[in-house]
Amino acid sequence: MQKLIVILLAFSAGFSIMSFELLGGRMLAPYFGSSVYVWGSIITVFMLALSLGYLTGGKLSVKQPSLTKFASIFVVAALAILPSIFYSEQLFELVFAWIEDPRYGSLVAATLVFLLPSVVMGMISPYSVRLLTVSTQSSGQTAGFLYFISTLGSAIGTIMTSFYLVLWMEVSQILWFIFAILASCAVLAFATFTLTNKTTSQLTNNAVVSE
Amino acid sequence: MRTSKKVITSLVLCAAAQLFTSNLAFAKLVEVHKERSIYRNIVITENKGIRCMQFETRRKKVSNQACINLKQPEQLVFEYVQGTLLGLAHNPTPKRVLILGLGGGTLANVIHQISPTSEIVSVDIDPAVVKLAKEYFDYQENQQIKSEIKDARVFVKRALLQKQQFDWIILDAFNGDYIPEHLMTQEFLTECKRLLSANGLLAANTFSTSDLYDHESVTYQKVFNQLDIFKAPTKGNRVIFACNCDNFSLTNNLSPQLNNQLSRYGLDSNLLFESITDMVDWDVTARVLTDEYSPANLLK
Repeated sequence: MQKLIVILLAFSAGFSIMSFELLGGRMLAPYFGSSVYVWGSIITVFMLALSLGYLTGGKLSVKQPSLTKFASIFVVAALAILPSIFYSEQLFELVFAWIEDPRYGSLVAATLVFLLPSVVMGMISPYSVRLLTVSTQSSGQTAGFLYFISTLGSAIGTIMTSFYLVLWMEVSQILWFIFAILASCAVLAFATFTLTNKTTSQLTNNAVVSE
Repeated sequence: MRTSKKVITSLVLCAAAQLFTSNLAFAKLVEVHKERSIYRNIVITENKGIRCMQFETRRKKVSNQACINLKQPEQLVFEYVQGTLLGLAHNPTPKRVLILGLGGGTLANVIHQISPTSEIVSVDIDPAVVKLAKEYFDYQENQQIKSEIKDARVFVKRALLQKQQFDWIILDAFNGDYIPEHLMTQEFLTECKRLLSANGLLAANTFSTSDLYDHESVTYQKVFNQLDIFKAPTKGNRVIFACNCDNFSLTNNLSPQLNNQLSRYGLDSNLLFESITDMVDWDVTARVLTDEYSPANLLK
């Protein structure tokens, strides 16, 4: 059960990050255009964020990994998305007035709005590897399977956002949708933790009684 | 040995036959130049004395971005270019003209010839387009005509910050295949309107087919209220005229002198004015395109 939840969560994180990245292009276009360098800025920022996220997530997983900590990462990721909903326009406006060159303008703007949430979302993959790894021998297989799941999530997040979500919803609504996915993931992880803990403690209690 | 000779002979014959047939097929259309820019492949073609700039797409129907008649360069090939020039009826001597989307630079050239004192700024995202316009379409920069390599939206936003104003904005950024979605929204058109001087004119070359027609039309209407539309009689595009003023109507009040000048370019303004209408023939309940909602390429 716990395994299935972790897999589902890794998938959702993959979905959210690419959906967020695609919206990034949409959000920057009114200020910096849709030139090739705007996409260059976005991809750079997201790749940088993911690399930092992988590093931090991996480090974090060393110290007493747990589902509650895993859930907290999702809470932080959801909260980190909020500034992009409420303040992105003001931030873009400021950067636009401050930096004339659209290359560096879009790079700075993308860093301000997209870096932090993507770093946090990047932490999820290595952490989920740690939660699912049972032995050193199978660690490679676990990691490979989780890359498969989260990247599949990313692929579906990309196609859903670019083909359908932009047709069904406004950009802010899609951002709220991502927020909702991440928040639900957090709730799910907390719930699973509480449930498994209860079952474990009940089992222990029963064991004590029968003794 | 003999077999391989046979194979070689038949291969050579095959190749020769193919070359012959392909030459026949493209006998009329000659590819003069091909350039790969960071945005697209641009091809310069010539056919029966007409030279065109095409953006290569996988579609069978290639859309020409700009064409000139090599034998009579002053004759305007495109109906929409002729239609756009009717904007001179609103103001025959605009001080500052902004052209968003250069193409071959035909509009810039003609407006400069008709109104030499006008300052014309052409903006295009693709440096290769500007280069080819100069090389193949006689687009010339001078004291009055300048080009900027920029995304149109970025140019407009920056120009607003610098408190610039234009008397005429020509929006010509649609290539018939892909539509820059951020150039179709209510916010962008509002920015264009703010960039117009009092009584300034906007002329937007766009298409008149598909689902996008309704969305695009209501968006223009929402920002400018009154629209006059030139519908190209034979082609599937239109020019939307709108004004930063109250009670706008593009009427045929060209001076005889200007009429004379325009006829040099093959324009029959009286006839062209017949293709202008203020009729609302779109679904007014269609959703307005905004920066938040602009799936233009999915609505085509």
